[in-house]
Amino acid sequence: MAVQDYLRQRFFPHMWCPGCGHGTVLNSLLRAVEELGLDKNNIVMTSGIGCSARISGYVDFHSLHTLHGRALAFATGVKMSKPELTLLVPMGDGDALAIGGNHFIHAARRNIDITAIVMNNRIYGMTGGQFSPLSGCGIKATTAPYTTIDNNFDVVELATAAGATFVARTTTYHAKEATSLLKKAILHKGFSVVEILSQCPTHFGRKNKEGDAAQMMENYKNITAPVGSKALEENPALWGRGIFVERERPEYCTEYGKIVELAMKGAAK
Amino acid sequence: MARQKLKELEINRDWCKGCGICVKFCPKQVLELDNKEKATVVRPEDCIVCKLCELRCPDLAITVLTTQEDDNGKND
Repeated sequence: MAVQDYLRQRFFPHMWCPGCGHGTVLNSLLRAVEELGLDKNNIVMTSGIGCSARISGYVDFHSLHTLHGRALAFATGVKMSKPELTLLVPMGDGDALAIGGNHFIHAARRNIDITAIVMNNRIYGMTGGQFSPLSGCGIKATTAPYTTIDNNFDVVELATAAGATFVARTTTYHAKEATSLLKKAILHKGFSVVEILSQCPTHFGRKNKEGDAAQMMENYKNITAPVGSKALEENPALWGRGIFVERERPEYCTEYGKIVELAMKGAAK
Repeated sequence: MARQKLKELEINRDWCKGCGICVKFCPKQVLELDNKEKATVVRPEDCIVCKLCELRCPDLAITVLTTQEDDNGKND
């Protein structure tokens, strides 16, 4: 099947701005699904609110466009009632870690078999370019005309500390790597987090003089380095790229199934 | 050894928004933006079928179609 067969083509061209990284994330994600040969009918995508969340309208899977920050909560509900389905939850940086911060850490703590994708453009694009908890210090935004003073979350460290069993980071520049990481994340049994740095040329790029979409992508090449590389060791200012955590822990739905079995035995007595 | 060769570089002009990502990152400068700000193929003969344009296109507007070429330069 071609990648376009996984799209609801009647909604195209999509609403994202020219050069928006979210389109590339969609592209990489569909290729991962295609290469894994997953059946459209077995995939559920839930999303919250924001530019990023519009992704669930474009894919020809089962989809839920839900409340701001609550995509993981809805996904948890779907997964617990039908554990055989594959859950994909793309979220924006604000959706995942500001409005939905609590849902994010608790989904990670439970280790429920969901693939969370954080499309990190470091800004609230849809509402006009306010800074987010992932913007970091010294960033210009409509709500920070004299630059931000807030430190940012590190998605990788936060997800690791909260208990996610697969944590990875990549960028839209590294599209092939993104597809391969997403494939591994989907196959991983447990809570997987993939952070994908995604350019917002309209707000973040323009305010911070980072140039057009292509220049912003090229910048990702310069500010990141693969995990375990010498470049990353020598320059801690670089962002690591690749798989940070891959570990085994009991998965929530499996454990829940065991409890149900135990309770049924008790009821039969 | 069979080698991949370009058959056709399809660009969906209705979906292309002319962001120029494909033009900037093509290692062989195969693509350019035309006067309507849409990506267009100008040097198909230089294409090395790396498919980076297809993989990075945020509008999912590019499809690289390939054919296999054998040692004698004949197409399958």
